[in-house]
Amino acid sequence: MNDTILETKGLTKEFGGFSAVNDVALRVRRGTIHALIGPNGAGKTTCFNLLTKFLQPTSGTIRFQGRDITRRQPAEVARLGLVRSFQISAVFLNLTALENVRLALQRVRGGSFDFWRSEEILHVYDGRARALLDEVGLGDCADTPAVTLSYGRKRALEIATTLALEPEMMLLDEPTAGMTHADVDRVVALIRRVRRGRTILMVEHNLSVVEGLCDTITVLTRGRVLAEGDYATVSANPEVVTAYLGTADA
Amino acid sequence: MLGFTRAQAIGFVVMVAVIIIAPGVLYPVFLMKVLCFALFACAFNLLIGYVGLLSFGHAAYFGMGCYVAAWTAKNWGLSVELSILLGGLTGAGLGMVFGWLAIRRSGIYFAMITLALAQMVYFFCIQAPFTGGEDGIQQVPRPPLFGAVSLQSDMAMYWLVAGVFLLGFLLIHRIVHSPFGQVLKAIRENETRATSLGYRTDDYKWVAFVLSTFLAGIAGGTKALVFGIATLTDVHWTMHGEVVLMSLVGGLGTVFGPVVGALVLTAMENYLAEFGSWVTVTQGVIFVLCVVAFRRGLIGELGAALKLNL
Repeated sequence: MNDTILETKGLTKEFGGFSAVNDVALRVRRGTIHALIGPNGAGKTTCFNLLTKFLQPTSGTIRFQGRDITRRQPAEVARLGLVRSFQISAVFLNLTALENVRLALQRVRGGSFDFWRSEEILHVYDGRARALLDEVGLGDCADTPAVTLSYGRKRALEIATTLALEPEMMLLDEPTAGMTHADVDRVVALIRRVRRGRTILMVEHNLSVVEGLCDTITVLTRGRVLAEGDYATVSANPEVVTAYLGTADA
Repeated sequence: MLGFTRAQAIGFVVMVAVIIIAPGVLYPVFLMKVLCFALFACAFNLLIGYVGLLSFGHAAYFGMGCYVAAWTAKNWGLSVELSILLGGLTGAGLGMVFGWLAIRRSGIYFAMITLALAQMVYFFCIQAPFTGGEDGIQQVPRPPLFGAVSLQSDMAMYWLVAGVFLLGFLLIHRIVHSPFGQVLKAIRENETRATSLGYRTDDYKWVAFVLSTFLAGIAGGTKALVFGIATLTDVHWTMHGEVVLMSLVGGLGTVFGPVVGALVLTAMENYLAEFGSWVTVTQGVIFVLCVVAFRRGLIGELGAALKLNL
């Protein structure tokens, strides 16, 4: 039991009469990379929003590190060490890459309500921020506004910002969506490098990425768990193949 | 210097120079009015320009600042600085409650809640005995500064108003360029992401709201003591409309825009006053021009043309 970092029981979210997520029991083991896959509309992103409290579940419980977080606020969950990224890369566009990362580092100092102080004091975080940018291959664009970075680099910046919080667990929502091959390889290599000492739960469409990277895979369809296991087990499951490709004679 | 960029520092020096020279050329009472509105517009701009919060009820904080400063100066004989400070604290106190209520909603709902609450303040001011209803509080004396320096001459008062304005202006600048200001910018850019980094964004918005209402109250209090009068005009929503127009004409989210906007609008009111209701027509035309032709406002367009952050 102790190696479970995140566990949901009976997690359900209904929108009107429609169950986007239906009775999902998810167990993520500490230190693993766990993938959440499934066709469009399977409820993967809703699941993410529930886990990070951007949505309130209709029923069910979520436990993170043994603590019940079902009724916590999103900012609180982030402080507990469960930090997410977004499907549409979420960076602060008109701030520089350095400032983006520094905002995460700055959060660790506690509340930043000191409006009477100069922002100069934030320079103490510059060293660490630059190191993080180097780590994701953005060392040369520290002072570039995020808005001018390429799509792949924005994603890398988002990961650097997430890493700055030193999260126990990272939730990555389609980290390679819409990327070129070269960018995909770079992000995969990056995830490999940063996984040490962390748990990662990711939504991913690119199955070759999932195959090479993930220890456990949960397949969702229509809000339910269809199958779970390692890549070989899951990909051999006929129901999974049907869900992805349609029936054999279709 | 103080976190100003080079261009902003030059702008600041020019602004201070104008403030020093102007009373030699223009009527000091007019200039004091400009400075009070400039501070008010800067306070409003702090919210819309740097946090992305569109308040529709800033007249309430400005107007209550006016009333409280006027009333305490007249009835308690408080010295000028205390009256103005009390005006600011009144704005902040109201802002704490109203902000707490309004910040739970965003966008147009936030704007409507602030407007509704401000209208309640307006009706309170019509009814409450201490405001003097339609008459307002009149013949407010100008007590000496710190109980010692006489402010009977307009020039003496002018220097005080200039000082209050510059302090408020620099305070806003510091707020924007503080660790707190960084978080505000993050919230403006992408609030969900700020939340997912662990910031309780509502708390930050609330503090920014209270700071803005404090400065609006200070601006109101100062204006009441300059003119020796506090009336319903100061709490009416049209007062808020005026400050929106000033910020818009000058340039939302710019450092100097609200100041320039306040100058332009107040000058129009004063110098076109002989044309009567044509003033409002002109204001309307300027508003339309602004929205259609130069959305970034005078300073915003200037800054864009020079590629400078003014």
